[in-house]
Amino acid sequence: MYVSVQNEFFDFSAEVKKFSESLENVGALVTFTGIVRGQKSKTLDYMFIEHYPGMTEAQIKIIIEDSFKRWKINDALVIHRYGKLEPGEPIMMVATAAQHRKEAFEAAEFLMDYLKSRAPFWKKEVVNGKEHWVEAIAADETALSRWR
Amino acid sequence: MIDLIYFSWIRERIGKSGESIETKSSTVFELIDELRQKDTRYFEVFSDLGSFRVAINQELASFDAPLIGAKEIAFFPPMTGG
Repeated sequence: MYVSVQNEFFDFSAEVKKFSESLENVGALVTFTGIVRGQKSKTLDYMFIEHYPGMTEAQIKIIIEDSFKRWKINDALVIHRYGKLEPGEPIMMVATAAQHRKEAFEAAEFLMDYLKSRAPFWKKEVVNGKEHWVEAIAADETALSRWR
Repeated sequence: MIDLIYFSWIRERIGKSGESIETKSSTVFELIDELRQKDTRYFEVFSDLGSFRVAINQELASFDAPLIGAKEIAFFPPMTGG
């Protein structure tokens, strides 16, 4: 399991390479990368992500442990950034490795759904110099019901 | 003493990131009620129970959770990660 909560930019191709080289006897590797949507000085100046140091890392580990119980996963990786992020920059990535693709895909989706509404991150968007906190949407909560 | 921590718009509206308090409250709900009495900022922030979540010692908790053993209580809006 690899978990990193960081302010620094990450290179997802380098992270995938490192992750894949650590694996043995794997038949499927699924990755997802979330990117800051929007166009600079048009729809988004920048995004700011706040988090709860300590709880964030612990909560992500709990979510990954839970995925290990549900699917036959060899390993999983979660990187999530905080702080100021520009449009086009990577926000977070998830990678799952398994013997077969179904497990890897489902576990990756599960991790994504839970990271969205159970890991203590809060996004603020700044548009035309005005800032607002992104509100959680009902669909994010509904997405979790699929896994219950 | 219990450390209270505030995040996101809760931190902004209360005007501080946290504080240490002495409380006789025995549940989260009682503590919220106690905070509401402090002043109008707190009253407004904590008026709608559906608008925020709580964690005790860095674990998500319900409003009826007891405060026994609580060292750190965080209040924050629904998370928006991913």
